[in-house]
Amino acid sequence: MTPNQMDAVFGALSDPTRRAILARLTEGDRTVAELSAPFAMSQPAISRHLKVLEGAGLISRTRRATARLSHLEAEPLREATAWLMGYREYWDESFARLDALLATLLGDPADRPSAARQQEEPS
Amino acid sequence: MSKTEITAEAGVPFIDVTREFAAPRDLLFRAYTDPELVAQWLGPRDMKMVIDRYEVKDGGVWRYVHVDPDGNEYGFHGVFHGTPSPDGTVQTFEFEGAPGHVSLGSLSFEEGIGRTIVRVHSVYQSVEARDAVLESGMERGMSEGYERLEELIARLIPVA
Repeated sequence: MTPNQMDAVFGALSDPTRRAILARLTEGDRTVAELSAPFAMSQPAISRHLKVLEGAGLISRTRRATARLSHLEAEPLREATAWLMGYREYWDESFARLDALLATLLGDPADRPSAARQQEEPS
Repeated sequence: MSKTEITAEAGVPFIDVTREFAAPRDLLFRAYTDPELVAQWLGPRDMKMVIDRYEVKDGGVWRYVHVDPDGNEYGFHGVFHGTPSPDGTVQTFEFEGAPGHVSLGSLSFEEGIGRTIVRVHSVYQSVEARDAVLESGMERGMSEGYERLEELIARLIPVA
């Protein structure tokens, strides 16, 4: 995912109405009329939100008879949020790797010059 | 022991991370500042780490990219302010996926007997920006919007 795509996804997600629309779409495809029903908002206003979601690749729209159906595209959301979801995991995993690296460096005779610099510290 | 402590108080745009390591502080400082060593530990295990620049000096630029198994790139960059030392290292930090959202990190290494405590204090531009970074399920109730996003993601993950 390019930074621009990610910007579009985060921009689309920054609005509570759009997040609510995405949540509805996890239950299945919906028309504009169905999507606007729970909101105190006109269909054109909801359509504008759908356009933003479509631009971010978060939904696709197809025509069924006279109605346009919105369909959730999960992949961009997964990709964009995979990063945000793991702040704790990111550091837990990095620090566990750092533990292992430090243990290796401490046990490695090639690393003695650095260990010698720490001689003042009783070990 | 070896438990990462992450503190994020409500209403202030800070994240504090504290972690103890079984190594002297000079070695920790090296692991944090020698790009060859940084590449060996920083980032998720399943991602390739590419260090583009790592100029450990006052005004020095750093940039690295995590590449996931699908080839997606997550770039980060920033600048060191002041000469980095084990007593204190100050640097800016920006995720390239969210340009313009810059945080300021202060890193210090406190030495004990055979151990070192690493402390990182990060300051974000707003509480909202801080919360966005933290969006990991660990700070529940911090923001209703993010909570809903979290539920949404949880529902989507088993699907795809």
